[in-house]
Amino acid sequence: MISLENVTLTYPDGERTVVAVDNATLAVPAGSVTAITGPSGSGKSSLLAVAAGLIKPTSGRAMIDGVDAAALSREETTRLRREKIGIVFQSPSLVPSLTALEQLEVMRRLGGPRRERAGARGRAAELLDAVGLAGSEHKRPAQLSGGQRQRVNIARALMNEPRVLIVDEPTSALDQRRGAAIIELILAMTAEFGTSTLLVTHDQSHLPMADAVERMVDGVLTRVEEAA
Amino acid sequence: MFVALRDLRHARGRFILIGSVVALITLLVGFLGGLTQGLANANISSLTSLSLDRFVFEQPGDGQQLSFSDSTVTREQASTWSTARGVDAAEPIGIATAKATATGGSQTTAALFGVRHSLEGMAGDQTLPAGPGQVVLSQPAADKLDATTGARVHIAGASYRVAAVDGSAQYSHMPVIWMPLADWQSVASAQSAGAAPYATVLAVTLGDGADTAAIDHAAATESTGLIPALLAIDGFRSEIGSLLMMMALLFGISALVIGAFFTVWTLQRLGDIAVLKALGSTTGALVRDGLGQALIVLVVGVGLGIGITAGVGALISGAVPFVVSQLTTLVPAVAMIALGLAGAGFALRSVTRVDPLTALNGQNA
Ligand SMILES: Nc1ncnc2c1ncn2[C@@H]1O[C@H](COP(=O)(O)OP(=O)(O)OP(=O)(O)O)[C@@H](O)[C@H]1O
Ligand SMILES: [Mg+2]
Repeated sequence: MISLENVTLTYPDGERTVVAVDNATLAVPAGSVTAITGPSGSGKSSLLAVAAGLIKPTSGRAMIDGVDAAALSREETTRLRREKIGIVFQSPSLVPSLTALEQLEVMRRLGGPRRERAGARGRAAELLDAVGLAGSEHKRPAQLSGGQRQRVNIARALMNEPRVLIVDEPTSALDQRRGAAIIELILAMTAEFGTSTLLVTHDQSHLPMADAVERMVDGVLTRVEEAA
Repeated sequence: MFVALRDLRHARGRFILIGSVVALITLLVGFLGGLTQGLANANISSLTSLSLDRFVFEQPGDGQQLSFSDSTVTREQASTWSTARGVDAAEPIGIATAKATATGGSQTTAALFGVRHSLEGMAGDQTLPAGPGQVVLSQPAADKLDATTGARVHIAGASYRVAAVDGSAQYSHMPVIWMPLADWQSVASAQSAGAAPYATVLAVTLGDGADTAAIDHAAATESTGLIPALLAIDGFRSEIGSLLMMMALLFGISALVIGAFFTVWTLQRLGDIAVLKALGSTTGALVRDGLGQALIVLVVGVGLGIGITAGVGALISGAVPFVVSQLTTLVPAVAMIALGLAGAGFALRSVTRVDPLTALNGQNA
């Protein structure tokens, strides 16, 4: 469950400050996808960064699975990200030297307790199978297509059984058909693993598939009522 | 080490390159070390093989440094030392340079060490001449003169019987010939213009309660420990000094090279590092990974370099003064690894500064 309460985020910009997120309030229940859309520079990625525990809001609360990420120490947020938050990056951001399977396995070797490692390989293989990559486990990023890389990216985000899935424009590097397949995969994974998924997308055709849609303009978030 | 090991394999070309550089620098350090030790032995093995507490020199003139070649101690000074409280033994040693000729015609310039048989206590298992007219050749002297036990050797117009060939003592790059102090005194007086010298220095062993400063004062001598005494061998200071400086420079260079390599390598990986941090990796785990990687490169490179040094060193040590020992292999190896790790650690500081937020913005992608 993600719940952002009156989140404001400003960046220093010389002598002035830029308000990237302006008093945003948002709740994403478990097992559902909330899509965020809006023009470039409107603050969508900034909102995701707050929800992902990557930056502390200037004010407001960012509740992740009942814990306020804004109130945690740096070590605690690192642990929160490792254990509770899955992030799907815009560009797949895979480590070049690791095979698809290892991209997932490494999620259990990020400095947490050793017991995390148990069963990592098995779960990694299952997840790769779930995202349709059975048979490509031992390929490195350079040997995978853009769509396949994005699937690894999604599987990696799910590796540590996160409660929250943060997805920033996952289809921007893909064509229409492959992009739609990736969005469908995210919806399927959200349903299967019961994550609270926050999805930023530019593509209007994806919006009807989400459980809720929010529009962001100049840092201000507005709920878009379902057309259906 | 999960990512580090796979990076090593994935970018093996680059790591083989830096490993080879480490191996080559280690090879250089190892060679210099072996050579330094070899040259030092050729210079000082005659003195370092003695177990003593102090060397006693004639007090040098104002502004002058201690020097074996300038020192002469008198019989009175020797007896002042040997009868002083707390002094166990004060043995005169005469040191002179002379040409020695074997009956067969082979010649060499040798360091003549005039000693009393009572030096035994300090000389360890070195055989010393037992009576007048006898000399003991060090192995290098025997090789140069092509002489064995029983042969005759001519020095400064007198003939001596080789009583034994023993030890490898050298002094100032000359092979040592041990002779009785009295015989040495006659060689030395023939060489010197003034009065016949008694000895060059005293080798002293101390018991409890010796006040060496007071004895020095009473005897008008200056005594020092072994290391300062070695520096009193002409040329030793500059020779060893320049070799040690080269080694120090190489150690510095290797730390810088490793540091530069890992700086560039880490810069290339900043994108990956930001992603891993965003995914929840601790900075400690990333730094440990990087240091582990550096350690592997260093151990392999240094191991290779030292291995080659030891192998080649063993082959050439007969031809050039070169010593393969723990001091010339293990010590530089450990120093290389420690300095390399320091360089890598310095480079890995940038890992701590990477902001995981940049992974989301895709700046490093
Ligand atoms: N690290 C930062 N430092 C300063 N200003 C920033 C930073 N990140 C974003 N901004 C500013 O904050 C505002 C919102 O940026 P953000 O990246 O959240 O927009 P976005 O909606 O994700 O845009 P896009 O659709 O192009 O990705 C912009 O004006 C941007 O210039
Ligand atoms: Mg963005």
